Amino acid sequence: METAVKSSVDVKAHGAQLIDGNQTFHSVTEKISQITEAGTPKMWYVGFGISVLLLLMGFSMIGYLIWEGTGIWGLNNPVGWGWAIVNFVWWVGIGHAGTLISAILFLFRQRWRTSINRFAEAMTIFAVMCAGLFPAIHVGRIWMAYYMFPLPNQMAMWPNFRSPLLWDVFAVSTYFTVSLLFWYVGLVPDLATLRDRAKSMFRKKIMGIFSLGWRGGNRQWQHYELAYLLLAGLATPLVLSVHSIVSTDFATSILPGWHTTIFPPYFVAGAIFSGFAMVMTLGIIARKIFNLEEFITIKHLERMNIIMLLTGMMVGYAYSCEFFIAWYSGNEYETFTFMNRAFGPYAWAYWTMIFCNVVVPQAFWFKKLRTNIPFMFVATILINIGMWFERFVIVATSLSRDFLPSSWDYYSPTVFDVGIYVGSFGLFFTMFFLFIRFLPFISMTEVKGVLPQADPHNYKH
Amino acid sequence: MAKKENKVYGILAEFDNPAELLHAAEKVRDAGYKRFDCHSPFPIHGMDEAMGLKRSPLGWMVGFMGMTGAGLGTLMQWWMNAVDYKLVISGKPFFSYPAYVPVTFGVGVLFAALTAVFGMFHLNRLPMLHHPVYYSDNFGKVTDDGFMISVEATDPKFDAQATKSFFESIGAKSVELLQPE
Repeated sequence: METAVKSSVDVKAHGAQLIDGNQTFHSVTEKISQITEAGTPKMWYVGFGISVLLLLMGFSMIGYLIWEGTGIWGLNNPVGWGWAIVNFVWWVGIGHAGTLISAILFLFRQRWRTSINRFAEAMTIFAVMCAGLFPAIHVGRIWMAYYMFPLPNQMAMWPNFRSPLLWDVFAVSTYFTVSLLFWYVGLVPDLATLRDRAKSMFRKKIMGIFSLGWRGGNRQWQHYELAYLLLAGLATPLVLSVHSIVSTDFATSILPGWHTTIFPPYFVAGAIFSGFAMVMTLGIIARKIFNLEEFITIKHLERMNIIMLLTGMMVGYAYSCEFFIAWYSGNEYETFTFMNRAFGPYAWAYWTMIFCNVVVPQAFWFKKLRTNIPFMFVATILINIGMWFERFVIVATSLSRDFLPSSWDYYSPTVFDVGIYVGSFGLFFTMFFLFIRFLPFISMTEVKGVLPQADPHNYKH
Repeated sequence: MAKKENKVYGILAEFDNPAELLHAAEKVRDAGYKRFDCHSPFPIHGMDEAMGLKRSPLGWMVGFMGMTGAGLGTLMQWWMNAVDYKLVISGKPFFSYPAYVPVTFGVGVLFAALTAVFGMFHLNRLPMLHHPVYYSDNFGKVTDDGFMISVEATDPKFDAQATKSFFESIGAKSVELLQPE
């Protein structure tokens, strides 16, 4: 055949195969579309059911919180910021890996990202939803939450734009909007595929409306590709700025252990670290349930492990740098704070953090462990536990022992702190289960685009 | 009525693979057609040149709106904190601009991103839930593994018979007229 794909040697010359199993365009469509079209697996009902129960539990506790006030939490006088801020920072951080994969790896032309970017972006959106929950409810009188926005009001007052807490409002809401738009733009051509495959009139109409009448014409692709590139270019500085701004919530205060310039890069690295761990956890489960080993290959997992090794060491460097500066500054409050972190009443939390975030990822130096799926599954969960403890250590140790020893107190959570946090997992997984059931969770368009036969240069002319 | 239903709205030709579509696009362009489009399940590298398309103006739109957003963001903060409701914070000047950078940046990115998405929808005339290509039963393949060229009847060079044989001569796998059934 004149136009047959050149021999595999030539294809290799254009870059290694990214997707396994000699896929054709049609097999990609089939494999991914049928997940949303075929019957629901039993395991899905189990997972979804548990998630919804957790969600309901969390929301009933939030109801009680709104009724009763933040007194039901474990907050005390020096520790006025408890799990709510810890959970907020943790969830926002998890979201950042989705943007890193969809935007930053796109700008760096890392074409292997096509298998994982769709569900990583979805994870971003759901994680930011969970994150946004906590600042909203932690104000206690939730009906006053509109104070956070510059809305004209009866008091003729405006919010203080020099407060990092207000920067947060703008950064996180912009971030959520941009992530949602980016995700939807990516979905449009895939929804058109589902539209064209739909059997029932109802499904055809729903998919038709949400795919906006996409025709896949190059006059459309031309603007579409540029819009995608521009969104990636906008999301990249945005994601770096969002977690930098989150870190200024701490860094602009005068509390020892918070008042440091290392916070923005340190928080960004930690965010990417924990986010990749969450992408891995979800990816390993999803590829197992839906048999997608050919799309999310061991090479994808290995590359993500290498990114975790890198960001894990950046985080580890930040921990040691903080210690060094605490000593080198000669500031006795600063020195005390860090000695107190490592050897004080929260030493158990500190060393959990060090073990999970610094020691565990070192295993990824070894190819055997980097490509061992049960091992990496456990490691990613440990990393996310460690990253939660990182935020807990920062918040609790600095607040519980500040300048005046007479005001020191030990902070411990109540059942409502724990319950609402677990409830946020319910929200996250409910959304995630709905997403993997009803929408294509791997981008068909982008996967087809990286197959060797998609490039006109790979054909004999 | 009957006459109208037989009206031809265009032609749809199918090709084998991305490379064939690319070469066919060059030939259609060289033949002088203007209102044609190349449909594929994913964007094909080099197709813009093959079709002779001009660069998308979206970048300028996004840049302009991003700047506008950043400008409005600054203006809002200045007016709210330095004019309408003067807030003294640590004895600093009312308009201490470094503190206003994060929100300025955020609003700028928000405007730019909304423009990128809705500007793209506008340039692509989306949503558009109907189009002559949907008269073809075959067109659904485009979102799966089909590679097709459509020419609209409004093209000055369009002639149902001549265009059809033109596509057959450049190696189309199948050619069909787009008309209501």
